[in-house]
Amino acid sequence: MTTDVHSKQIEQFLTFELANEVYGVEILKVQEIRGWEAVRVIPNAPSFIKGVLNLRGSVIPIVDLRERFSLEHCEYTHKTVVIVLCVKHHRTDTFVMGIVADAVSDVLDIKRSEIKKAPNFGSQLDTRYMRGMHVYKQNMIMLLDVDKLLNPDEVDDMDAISDSVSADSEDFL
Amino acid sequence: MSIDMSQFHQVFFEECFEGLEAMESGLLSLDIGDIDSEVINTIFRAAHSIKGGSGTFGFTVVAEYTHIMETLLDEMRDGRRQVTKPAVDVLLGSVDCLREMLTSIQNEEDVNMSSVAKHQAALEIELNGKASGGDHAPAATHAAAPAPVAVHEEPEPEEEEIEEEQGWKIAFCPYLSLLKTGNDPVRLFRELSALGTLTSNVNIQDVPPFAELDPEECNISWELKLVTDATEAAVREIFSWVEEDCALELAPLAKPKKAKKPKAAPAPVVEAAPVPVVEAAPAPAAAKKAAPTESDPSKNAPKASSSIRVDTDKIDTLINMVGEVVITQSMLGLIGENFTMDKVGQLKRGLAQLERHTRDLQQSVMNIRMLPISFVFSRFPRLVHDISTKLNKKITLKLVGENTEVDKAVVELINDPLVHLIRNSLDHGIEMPAERLAAGKPEMGTIELKAYHRGGHIVIEIVDDGRGMDKSKLLAKAIEKGLVDESTIMSDKQILELIFMPGFSTAEQLTDISGRGVGMDVVRRNIQSLGGNIDIISELGKGSTIAIHLPLTLAILDGQSVAVGDETYIVPLVSIIESINITEKMLNKVAGKGETFKLRNEYLPIIRMREIFNVKSGAATKSNEGVIVVVEGQGALCGFLVDELLGQQQVVIKSLEANYRRVEGVSGATILGDGSVALILDVPGLVRLSVR
Repeated sequence: MTTDVHSKQIEQFLTFELANEVYGVEILKVQEIRGWEAVRVIPNAPSFIKGVLNLRGSVIPIVDLRERFSLEHCEYTHKTVVIVLCVKHHRTDTFVMGIVADAVSDVLDIKRSEIKKAPNFGSQLDTRYMRGMHVYKQNMIMLLDVDKLLNPDEVDDMDAISDSVSADSEDFL
Repeated sequence: MSIDMSQFHQVFFEECFEGLEAMESGLLSLDIGDIDSEVINTIFRAAHSIKGGSGTFGFTVVAEYTHIMETLLDEMRDGRRQVTKPAVDVLLGSVDCLREMLTSIQNEEDVNMSSVAKHQAALEIELNGKASGGDHAPAATHAAAPAPVAVHEEPEPEEEEIEEEQGWKIAFCPYLSLLKTGNDPVRLFRELSALGTLTSNVNIQDVPPFAELDPEECNISWELKLVTDATEAAVREIFSWVEEDCALELAPLAKPKKAKKPKAAPAPVVEAAPVPVVEAAPAPAAAKKAAPTESDPSKNAPKASSSIRVDTDKIDTLINMVGEVVITQSMLGLIGENFTMDKVGQLKRGLAQLERHTRDLQQSVMNIRMLPISFVFSRFPRLVHDISTKLNKKITLKLVGENTEVDKAVVELINDPLVHLIRNSLDHGIEMPAERLAAGKPEMGTIELKAYHRGGHIVIEIVDDGRGMDKSKLLAKAIEKGLVDESTIMSDKQILELIFMPGFSTAEQLTDISGRGVGMDVVRRNIQSLGGNIDIISELGKGSTIAIHLPLTLAILDGQSVAVGDETYIVPLVSIIESINITEKMLNKVAGKGETFKLRNEYLPIIRMREIFNVKSGAATKSNEGVIVVVEGQGALCGFLVDELLGQQQVVIKSLEANYRRVEGVSGATILGDGSVALILDVPGLVRLSVR
């Protein structure tokens, strides 16, 4: 019974495009969506941290997901958006961060049961920050786990995510 | 239909602590032999209101205890009893005890009944000349030196473990930040083991997986067993420098006979002691043992005073200012509604007015955060009284400028460094009375604690007329420890600054008050982290002056904006010595790499901002084109090479860590007039970064 109710529960996801792929984030994590504007570069930060931005008086970091996922870089246009997300840190508090996306597409209602576990890509791809996959009109949507993806403690590890080899996962499994 | 009393608790506690402070300062100002009855009255009134309040709120322990104090004070007030020094000392001890009790109640912890019983016994002896019945028998019989009666406790059924071990059970749970404040548990343990036999039990359940481990965080807690005859105070003394950064529970080594005594006071202590260790471990295994209400480790932290008492005048000013701003805003709104070009003059006037009001408003809001420094200073008469008694020295403390106002954050953070510096002055600075007389000085030593404003800074000075520092001895010690090279020629100032080196102590023998060589470096680090600096002047035989310069507020700083490529950085104005245009002939290279420049016969290293921060935008500055900003960081001068100077402005400090993390060489961020973000440079951090 309970599992049935649980799997029927609907969650809303905001989907956005990144290099012609569709990604989704939980809408409850989204604080606002704004156009791209110039940021202040943080010295010696990893390349995917574009810089910091003034969001009504607080200073928030902006992460370029293309660089984060090692996708080809593209010029920022008037369609480029910054999705401001509220990230929950593992135990203590919340952080506000922005991610750069090519465009925002839609808000989807997705049943829990329709979220499929991300397949294991082995050492080539780290799926730690994926919540799962969802198929919508024959398109694959990758649902991201924002809390894991944008953990500020992991900023240093993020660089290494792509080459985090199996040794790493053995340690934790 | 009862009223929820807990909503008034906070007010009650605040009033109690105020009352305790009044009692303490009253007691300290009592001049034995010439008693001012008004002072006794003040102390009595404070005790009376604490008693009344605690009775109302059902804190019977406090009420009963205060009642005894009150009886004693009442007799003094009526002149039925002589005010003697021991009596005053007992009362001071009771003030401490009450404060401890109230803090425990405020944090919803069990009151440490053994120390209460100890103080109560001392009070009763003072009152009756003997202790009352055995139901308040002190737990730590050996520690309650002034209570000879306690030994004649009603005989207990003998049990085998009795009196085989004297000592303390210490639950020591450092907060995560312990190591960041420069403290090292190992040093503490070394100190502890000097007191007796130390066995420790380490709790590592909190340690995260290796990948998440932050070496700067302390995730370990300890359960220590110290077999010693040292007093609780002596044990606590060792932890005094870290007490802000840890949860510390001290209990006498439990005796079965005491634990079993049903009505006996120490029972809760025995239970309370091991609990924090369990609590601090959120690991599921331990969770089932932990008290359900307190499994959150953060609850163990002392409740920080999140409230602030503000003068009503300040609030009134603020309300007035807000009124003005609202009026100006509606005026501007009116102009904007149907704007024509001929209203430009009006608009400009309105904007100018708005600007003025905003600035005033900002000032009044900042004012609310300002507290008089007496919040910190008021604790020191007691400290000086206690320590000078302990050391058999005669010392008076003079406070000057107690009403100087500083930011609340500064008030909170300056306390520890000041305590340390005053202890140093008491212990090493002021000589023994005989020595002073021999040196032709008055027997009574003086320590002066001054606070005053200078420029945008507050200066706190600790002046003593003690023996001063022996520079040749300092230098010899530094050479012996290998901190400086024998051939180095050092100025007097540089020699004095040696005391800020980690691990430097010239005290021939360690005392429990100071001289462990931990500290001065921590003091300096603390003060630098507040954006201030510390200076020292000392003359052998005449005394020393330590001056601390601190920014008035931590929220706003004066900055110089500089451009590097397309980036704008803010250099705190306090650390800038001067800025110069560089010319080719001033530049030198050391071994083809390290760049230096000559500034009035001194060679200073150059830090190229463009390189250290990896700025890619804009054309690279040739070394003969930029501007060198000469700054002082880590006690040394160096030059930052930037493209150009932009302007000076006050900036509001925003935290980068709130949403990101610490960035090396950057102390924070701010928002410029055009809404863009600029980073504020951390000068000492940059100097460190460049050395690497």
